[in-house]
Parts: sequence; C-alpha cells; structure tokens
Amino acid sequence: MTASTTATAAEQPLMAVTSPRRLIDRVLRMRELAILVVLAVMLVATQIDNTSFLSEQGIKDLLLNATILVLVAVGEAVVVITGNVDLSVGSVLGVTAFAAGDLLRHGGNPVLAIGLAVLLGAGFGAFNGLLVGLGQVPSLVVTLGTLYIIRALDSIWVGSREITASRLPSGYKTFGHDGLSAIPYLALLATVVLIAVGYFLRNYRSGRECYALGSHAQAASLAGIPVRRRVMAAFVLCGALAGLAGALYLARFSYADAGTGSGYELTVVSAVVVGGVGFTGGSGSVYGAALGALLLTSINSVLPAIGVSSVWVEAIDGVLLLLAISVDRIVALRIAGLLRSRARQARSVIDG
Amino acid sequence: MADSTDTAPATAGAGLRRPALFGTLRWDAVVGALLVVLLGISFSTVDGFGNALNISFLIGNTLPVAAIALPMTMLVASGEIDLSVGSTVGLSGAVMGALWNHGMNINAIIVICALLGLVCGLINALLVTKLGLPSLAVTIGTMALYRGVAQIVLGSNSVTDFPQNYLDFGSGRLGGSFLPTAVLPWLVLAALAVVVLHATGFGRSVFAVGASAEAAWFAGVRVKRVKLSLFVTTGLVSSLTGVFWVLHYASATYSNATGLELSVVAAVLLGGVDFDGGRGTLGGAIAGVFLLGTLQNVMSLADVSAQSQTVVTGVLLTVSVLGPRVARQLLPSTR
Amino acid sequence: MRKATSFAALAAGGLLAVSMSACGGATKSSTDKAASSAPAATQSGSADPSAPIKKGLTVGFLPKQVNNPYFNISDAGGNTALTSLGESYKEVGTTSATDTAGQVSYVNTLMQQHVSAIAVSAQDPGALCTSLKQAMSAGIKVVTYDSDTDPGCRQAFVSQASSEDLGRSEVDLLGKELNYTGQIAILSAAQTATNQNAWIGFMQDELKKPQFANMKLVKIAYGNDDAQMSFQQTQGLLQQYPDLKGIISPTTVGIKAAAQYLDGSQYKGKVLLTGLGTPNDMRSYVQDGTVKAFELWDPGKLGQLAAYTAVALASGQITGAQGQSFTAGPMGNFTIGAQGVITLGAPTVFDSSNISQFNF
Repeated sequence: MTASTTATAAEQPLMAVTSPRRLIDRVLRMRELAILVVLAVMLVATQIDNTSFLSEQGIKDLLLNATILVLVAVGEAVVVITGNVDLSVGSVLGVTAFAAGDLLRHGGNPVLAIGLAVLLGAGFGAFNGLLVGLGQVPSLVVTLGTLYIIRALDSIWVGSREITASRLPSGYKTFGHDGLSAIPYLALLATVVLIAVGYFLRNYRSGRECYALGSHAQAASLAGIPVRRRVMAAFVLCGALAGLAGALYLARFSYADAGTGSGYELTVVSAVVVGGVGFTGGSGSVYGAALGALLLTSINSVLPAIGVSSVWVEAIDGVLLLLAISVDRIVALRIAGLLRSRARQARSVIDG
Repeated sequence: MADSTDTAPATAGAGLRRPALFGTLRWDAVVGALLVVLLGISFSTVDGFGNALNISFLIGNTLPVAAIALPMTMLVASGEIDLSVGSTVGLSGAVMGALWNHGMNINAIIVICALLGLVCGLINALLVTKLGLPSLAVTIGTMALYRGVAQIVLGSNSVTDFPQNYLDFGSGRLGGSFLPTAVLPWLVLAALAVVVLHATGFGRSVFAVGASAEAAWFAGVRVKRVKLSLFVTTGLVSSLTGVFWVLHYASATYSNATGLELSVVAAVLLGGVDFDGGRGTLGGAIAGVFLLGTLQNVMSLADVSAQSQTVVTGVLLTVSVLGPRVARQLLPSTR
Repeated sequence: MRKATSFAALAAGGLLAVSMSACGGATKSSTDKAASSAPAATQSGSADPSAPIKKGLTVGFLPKQVNNPYFNISDAGGNTALTSLGESYKEVGTTSATDTAGQVSYVNTLMQQHVSAIAVSAQDPGALCTSLKQAMSAGIKVVTYDSDTDPGCRQAFVSQASSEDLGRSEVDLLGKELNYTGQIAILSAAQTATNQNAWIGFMQDELKKPQFANMKLVKIAYGNDDAQMSFQQTQGLLQQYPDLKGIISPTTVGIKAAAQYLDGSQYKGKVLLTGLGTPNDMRSYVQDGTVKAFELWDPGKLGQLAAYTAVALASGQITGAQGQSFTAGPMGNFTIGAQGVITLGAPTVFDSSNISQFNF
C-alpha cells in the first residue's frame, strides 16, 4: 500500500514539472487560435450581412490585400522575437519597389527585378543589424534613424519620377492579381515564405536560439548563443522580406514613387503585436503575426462591405491593438498564477 | 545631486550616477555648443536669419515640440515612451474645433481640452502601470485610437474662426520683438520642469526608476505612481499644446500635428536623453529641440531641399545616439 | 482609497473650472467672422494694366508636396514661363502632403528670402493665413493655384477649371457612358480635401437634373489618396453595391488605384470608371478598355498661368480685383472673376483617340 502511494506521489511531482510546459505550448497555440476565431467570426458575420462578401472575387481580394503585410510582418516578427524592433521597413519597401520598377522599366527580367529588391532589402537589413549589434544601441533608436535616412535617400534618388502601369511588363502585372481560382499567386508565395520561416524558427537550433535571446539576452549569451550573429540574421531576413514585399507591391499596385511605403512601419508593428508577438521578445510565432496581418487588413475590407464609414477605421485599429495586448497580458498573468499554484501543490506533495 | 550617489548601487555600467551624469553633461554641452555655434554662423552668414520676424517664426514653430519635449524627457528618463502625443494634440484640436462649432464658450472649451488631455494620459498610464504592458505597444495603439476619435469628432471640417484676441496670443509677438507671446507660458513650464526633474526628490525617483525599476521599488520609490503621474502630465501638456497649435495656425482639423511624436522623440534623443532610461537632462533636450528647429530654419533659408534636410536629421539622430556611448568609452572616468 | 478621493477632487475641480470659465470669454456667435464671404485681399492703390513687367523678380512656388509628379509638371510650367520673361524661379515644399506646419514655415522662409511673389497650393485652407497675411503686408504678392486658401489670405487664385465645370462634366461623362441609368459611387481623396469636396458638391447638384433621374449616387468613399486604402474602398463599394455600374474618382491617386483593381478583377469592363487622371498613369487602362475616358487639365499650363499672374501682380498690372484683366504671355488674356479667381479653361477629356498625344 505504502509502496504504491509513494510511487504515485513520486509520479505526481514529475507531472507537475512537465505539464507547465505543455500548458504554455497550449496557451501559445491558443493565442493563434484566438485570432483565427476572431477572424472567422468577423468574416462569417460580414458574409451574413452581405452575401457577396465571400465570393470568389471577395476571397481573392482579402488574400491579396493581406499578402504584402503578411510578408513584412513575418520578417518583423522574427526581429521582435529576438527582442528588437525594425522601424525602417516602410522606407525599405518604398526603395525596393522603385528599384524593381526601374529595372523592369528598362526592360529587365522580372525574376531579376525581384532578386534585386530582395538583395537591396537584405543590404539595408544588414546595415541595421550592424548598428544594433555593434553599437549596442537600442534598435528602436537605430531603426528610427535609418527610417529617416533611407526615406530621404529614396526621395533624393527617385525625385519626382514614378513607375506607372504602362511601363511594366504585362506578365508581371498579371502575376500580381491572377491566381488559381480564389487563391492568388502572391498569396501562395507569401504562404510558402511563411511556412519556411515558421518551420525554421521551430525546428532548427538557430531558430530556437532567437527565442532564447529574446527572452534574456544575457543568459543566452552566457549559454553560448552567438547573440550578435543571430540578431544580424534576424535584421537581414526582415530587410530581405521587406524587399520582396516591395517587388510584390509593385506587381499588385503597378505604381511606385517617392512616397511609397511611407508610414507602413506602424501598420506592420500593429499586425505583429495583434498577432501575439510580444515586444519584450521571446514569445509568439510568425503564424500569429501572419494572422494578425490578415485580421488588420480584413477589417479595412469588412467595414466598407457592411457600410460603416471609413472614418471609424483608425479608431477601430487602435482599439484592436490595445485589446490584443491587454488580453495577452491578462492571460499571461492568469497563467503565471496558475503555474504558481501548481508549483505550490507539487511542493506540498513532495514535502507532505 | 551629490548626496544621491551615495545611495546608488555601485555596479559597473548603467547604475553609477555621477560618472553617468558626467558623461551626459558632456553630450549636453556638445549639443548646447553646437546650437550656439550654429546661431553664430547663421546670424553672420545666412541672409534673412538674423531678424526679429524670422526668429519669432523659428521659436513659434518650434514651441509645440519644445513644450511636449519637457514631459517626454521625464518619461524617457523613467524608461517609458509615449508615441501618442501627436494624436493627443490632434484630438485636442479637433475637439476644440467641434465644440466651437457647437457654440460653446472658448474658455470652457480650453478647460475641457485640458481635462481631455488628462484622460488621454490616464488611459496610457493605466495600461502601462496596472496591466504592465510595454509603453511602446500601448502608445502605438492609443496613437491610432486618439487620431481615429479626432477624425470621428471633427470629420472633414476645418474650423478657423476663433476669437481674434486668442489668435493673436497664438501667433503674435511681444511688442514687436523676436519673442512670440506664447513663449511666456512655455518658459514657466520649462522652469517648472527643470526644477521638478533636477532639484526635487520626485525627479531623483524618476531617474532611479529609469535606471532600474526593481531597485527603485526596493528603495521605497512608488514606481507605479511615478509613471502614472508622468503619463498624465504628458497627456495634459499635449492637449494644451493642441490648443496652442489651433490658435497658432488658426486652423483646427483632425490631421493637425500628424507625425509630431517623431519630431519630439528625435529632439529628445538628440539632446542626449538615454532611451534605456535613467540618464539625461532637460537642458540637453531643450537644446536638442532648438538645434533641430534652427537647423531646419537655416537649411530652408539656404535652399537645402526638404529631402536633404531629412537626411541631415536622420544622420544627426544616429550620431546623437552613438555619441554619448562613444563619449563614455573615451572618458576613462566614466567606466 | 486615496486615489479615489484625489480623482474625485480632480473631477470636482474640473467641473468648477468649466462652469466658472463659461462666464466670460467668447462664443462662435459672439465673434463676427465671415471668412468665407470675405473678398480677396486687394492691394490699396490701383492697377495699371499698361505697366511694364518688372525685371529681376523672383517667384517662389510652394506646392502641396514636392516629389509629387503632378506638382513637378505644374511647377516646371511655372519655371518655363518665368524663364521666358527673364525672371527667377524657386521651388520649396514639404515631402508630405499633410504637413501644414511645414508648409507654414516655408512661407516664412520665402518671406525671409524676400521673394517678389509666392505661388502656393495650400494643404489646408486656413492654416497658411496668418503667415500669408504677414507676407502680403511685407509687400509680397500671393497667388494660390490648384488648391485655394481662404480668399482673404491671397490676392488671386488660379483655378484649373471652375469647380462647377469639373464636377458637372465628370457626371456628364459618366452619364453618357452609362446611358444615364444605374447606380454610381464616388471614390474621393481625404475627407478634408477642399477641391474634391467642392467638386463633389457640384456633382451632387448636377445629378438633380432631370436627365439623371435614373442614375443614383449611392455612396461617397474616401481613399485618403493612399493606394492600398483606395483599393480596399473600391472593393468595399463593389461588395456593398453589387449593382454598381460606375465610379467617379476625382483624384489621380484614387482613379489609378480603382483602375488597377478593376483591371485585375471580374468587374473589368462591367463597371465603368472615370474621374481625374494623368495620361501617363491611365494609358494602359485606356488601352485595355478598363477606362473609356477621363479628364484633367494641363498642370503645366496651370503652373504657367500662376507664374504670369504672380508677375502681373508684382508689376502692378493687376491688384486681384474683379474685372481686371492681363495678358499671360502666349496664353492670351485672362479676366479676374469674383473673389479673385482666374480660371484656366475647360477641362480636357482624354480617351483612346487622343491619349497618345500627351506625355505627362
């Protein structure tokens, strides 16, 4: 009798140790599930109100609208996971969109144009990574400075030139809005990128190290993680994805000038935060960020479809962001409380 | 200043008070010196700079940034940030315009706008202190929210017909000199801010919270209360600045002061206020504000294009952030 | 507990302050301002139509936004006109179209640089007034072009085409294409944009006419001159009103975005689009049939006329009063209308037959 009770008593603390991790994983997955549920509810409610909302054209539109933001949000999420932030993404998108357009206008190959945009974006990302890693400067400040500098250099280079639809090869433009029935090519591309980055972060050591370094940079460094290299890689990825987004922006809108992408960084940061990637670093996933991007762009489509004036959009976006981070925090506090009580229970079992 | 260093923890790096202040003073002095040099050069070589009218333009246009930079410096010194200030300015102006169109008394409107600013600051404060949310994320959200509400309140209207004596206060000069009338309340505010931050216990606790909120808490500082009062003050100053903005430009629209927050942050950074918290002086921030304002005025007079001006601002910003760190490494006593 | 009482005290104090301040101070009805019906600011002294053109003048162009292709063309037109007269040209401006504080400081700058005249396209009708009035009292002539300020803050306004002409003609254009039946919508710029709102006012008035009895304006959407937003607003329009037959977009950014969206969607050719666009922007959409016709004026000519007007003012040939006339070089004679408005002419309609002739 005593043997079995001590055996079960020994099992219990073991379970008390492993279940918190399962609990956290469940909570994280719950977070992305929560956004998915909100998104689904919103879309279904709108469809009921307006039956042409989720037609083939409607779904295609929703996906296309979100694609650009999803790409940039994925890159930004990786940077935020490492505990930093990149505010220069809007300027990078603008510059790369025009660069790709310039190449195409002079008869360049579309694939080459996309490659150029990605390389250019990666280059800017490397510059950010260098300043953050080397100079030990808070990334908020560094990327604020590069936001200004890149935007200004873009203005000087572009001047008042513009890339218009008539200068772009028609194949490129068709790529921008066609697809397989309701799924646009651009959305497929973005999904591939999303899955690739998500898989890398979850299943590769260097990916998981990003989370560690975001949680506690000092501890990560002491544990042997090459902090500077990971941070640099995160910024380069973010810049490269912003560059890709720039090239695709051009395909979608067939227009670029000196003001393209201005102010985009705040939308991207909002998407990432709504998607559950916390600013303190070390938590969240790129899937969450992608869902956050989808949610934010869908709101801008839902409101006009149900007849709500566009005057409300900005206020609603703000409330959504505040709700998202508040709910995250309240849930996290609850979880922490739950873990504490579990730990207390486990301890009392061991002691008693 | 001297007595508080005895109680500060003697850790290398971020904690030491006197060497850190010493390092910041050096950067403050640099910014202040740059400002003086720039003024000197401009007065003697730039056409159209050195007259009363232009100086009054310069000061008048820089006043909104100068006013908000005061509480923003304290907020950044405590380790937080508020990006919603531009939207608060805009919302205050929009409410002012909307209430004016409804026939309300101008004095009552100004009081309501001040209260509105307190509320805006309180919302930020509660989300940051009660829920423990990062201020960057919160104020990005409230930035959108307040601007959105301004749009809902005022819509597409543009209100311009405020009473003349108030408009004169907003854009007039003191007896034809180079000082705008509105500089007087600002001077009072600045004096108050300097005294509070650099000569009171509250000010010391602000720096302590910025250096290490946990250590400050253990030392008995009411961290949450300090942050709450700073956010509320920022909201109040922003809404009053919104009233000034409407009177100065004689125009209330929902998009007033879009992007102002970046100018304030840039100026505060330039002035050597450390974003990690715990370091900085108001003198530096004020010098940074006027350095940027003077630079823009001079560059425009010298026909430097708007784009090039942005490059200069960006480079200055980056340099100003690297500068204090480099200074700290170069001066052995700051280790 | 302490916090609750302190908040209560604050609330009480606030209410007291509000009620006390309500006794005294001014209200809207007590101030006598009729800004909208104020006449244009005319100079004291009379016009001398035969006065020679002064030499050595500098005209400063201050568009809504630099690096904007439309303003680049208009200001280049101004430059051409000034060069042909032997005067000097200068252009300054903000990089953002919503930076009124920046635009005001540029007015100050131009004043400090002692230009002879300022030609400005105002971002906001009221915000520039204080500084423009200061400029005028310093002897600088002020002409607005493309987007006006309050009439009392400038001497003349060079209008691309009368707001009435623009509004009515766009409705007429769409009506003809739609055979005068069907639901239509408008995709505008920012809610506060003065020019667009003026044109929309005339559009709504035109729709009251009997020939448009079967056409109904179902919605005005605002794209804020942002490509993505204009896109999504267009999508929203089509989803909310599946029977929508036509869209008018009186803004070059909006019409571009709407055309791009229609081009890539199932609505291509089924929903007709017209509005204000530049030939270069619209060329591919006209060629593939997404847009049948649209209109605009020649921004270059607008800039030229602004330059000639500024020079005429600075030379004392006109003072901005109604009825005065002057010669704008090769562009011919122009007479000033009510409130100092000078109209360039009727808008030009572009379609597949003439679009290849234009390059702007």
